[in-house]
Amino acid sequence: MMRRVPWGLIVFVAALGVPALGSRFYTFLANDVVIWTLFATSLNLLVGYTGLVSFGHAAYLGVGAYATGILMKKLGVSFLFAWPAAGVFAGACALVFGFFCVRLTRIYFAMLTLAFAQIVWAICFKWNELTGGEQGMPEIPYPDFGWIERLGARLSFFEWRTAEYYYFLTVVLVAFCLWALRRIVHSPFGRMLTTIRENAERAEFIGVNVRRYELVAFVLAGAFAGLAGGLLGIFNRGVFPDFAYWTKSSEVLIMTLLGGMSTFYGPGIGALVLILLNQQIVSYTEYWPLVLGTVLVVLLFGFPGGIAGAASALSGRLLRRTRGA
Amino acid sequence: MLEVRDLVKIFDGFVAVGGVSFDAPRGSIGAIIGPNGAGKTTVFNLITGHLRPDRGRVTLNGRDVTGVAPHDLCRLGVGRSFQRTNIFPRLTVFENVQAAFVSHRGRGWNLLTPVERLYHDETRGLLESIGLADRAGEVAGFLSHGGQKQLELGLALALEPEILLLDEPTAGMSASETRETIRLIEAIARERGLTLLFTEHDMEVVFSIAQRITVLHQGRVIADGPPDEVRRDEAVRRVYLGEYH
Repeated sequence: MMRRVPWGLIVFVAALGVPALGSRFYTFLANDVVIWTLFATSLNLLVGYTGLVSFGHAAYLGVGAYATGILMKKLGVSFLFAWPAAGVFAGACALVFGFFCVRLTRIYFAMLTLAFAQIVWAICFKWNELTGGEQGMPEIPYPDFGWIERLGARLSFFEWRTAEYYYFLTVVLVAFCLWALRRIVHSPFGRMLTTIRENAERAEFIGVNVRRYELVAFVLAGAFAGLAGGLLGIFNRGVFPDFAYWTKSSEVLIMTLLGGMSTFYGPGIGALVLILLNQQIVSYTEYWPLVLGTVLVVLLFGFPGGIAGAASALSGRLLRRTRGA
Repeated sequence: MLEVRDLVKIFDGFVAVGGVSFDAPRGSIGAIIGPNGAGKTTVFNLITGHLRPDRGRVTLNGRDVTGVAPHDLCRLGVGRSFQRTNIFPRLTVFENVQAAFVSHRGRGWNLLTPVERLYHDETRGLLESIGLADRAGEVAGFLSHGGQKQLELGLALALEPEILLLDEPTAGMSASETRETIRLIEAIARERGLTLLFTEHDMEVVFSIAQRITVLHQGRVIADGPPDEVRRDEAVRRVYLGEYH
């Protein structure tokens, strides 16, 4: 047997090394990818593991972003509390919405998640006193890196700008969240979710309370999306209503499908590829949606398992061929 | 142990089940037979809470379980297999049965420990007894039809039921597969002291193992008794057995 390659650790270390390349732009891109990876992976808990397709996952990204943003900017709460609060608020929101959503199935479930997300967006858009309305809420402060900057000043090799400290922080926090999500999907609870995905009727009759499990999955997915939102607001130097808009929901869904929802790391690959693709294509043409649509069509017809699915099929074929030879 | 009293189910004015009553005493092997559309599966769905009866009562060990949700009912000792094969197709055979153990023993809310080794021995043992031990690693959806039916039986048995409801356990099987499956079911039922209630269209199977047969016709019971009695019953011969004899 092959030794298991610690891919998670390798990617984590590689991600931490990005600022060393010396390009602010790369660090900026990597930060975006890391945050969206968490967002897409949280969605995959629903889509890939429980078989629930949510069209409104951006709602929880938005709630989390506003929670952290408002706490840090308006109330001066430290990041240490403001960031976990993003998960709590988004999770609570998912609990209320999910209570109704899990009572519906398939397309009706999807439509209701979309409806709730649009309500969240409308509230963010209109509630000027709290959210800044359509102007959004610019100038969310960075977490306080004072102590680490003082430390960095002494160690000459560890001296970075604030954006880079924030990037390191994001990588570590996202890695922790992904580790937790991975534990969850490989736990007995995660196995129960896959039985629901595979056959909800049968799951009921091995004693799984399907709605309750779906609701808990919904809350967990919402909470982790909220944590991604909290990070995104600071990274973006501002929180805006379009965080909760339906286009964000569709974007994250496309990432999940593109990367492959049948594996844990698929959505992360999707986030990476889509963000890099966007970056490349926008510099050539303004027709990004056209390219995105084409990608989606090719994907759905040619690679229903996404990039990860295609890769594992390919490696399976290669493995058989080398064994056969 | 299972008593069904006067169950009625009406779908859009169509009387699918019109006042069905019967008993399944502890340790007995009972069969429900009847032509297509007689209401056999509907009766099963009413008993197991997949459908809510419009009237009537189901009691289990003296406790009223009418309309109890499936996930609660199977904690009360009712196992069930389905007519349309009903497994978790993209999980392995092992994972299928293991999931049933995890759920039934209330470990499903554990979010943090890995699931892989959980109930490993129990799962192995059960796969052994239903004859699927050497296929544990295979993806369940790739098993033969007969294999999937066996696996379904395994899912039901993992819940350690006192009564097992099997809806056409040999549907779509060849004659030899049918005989083998029935022998297996009978052996397991005796070994575990299970009460068995099944529907079946193969009359040879029914009369070979059932101790009690309930005949349904157009949603009503037209005969109920030991095989010999049912075989001689005039009404049964007219509406049902006539097709075979």
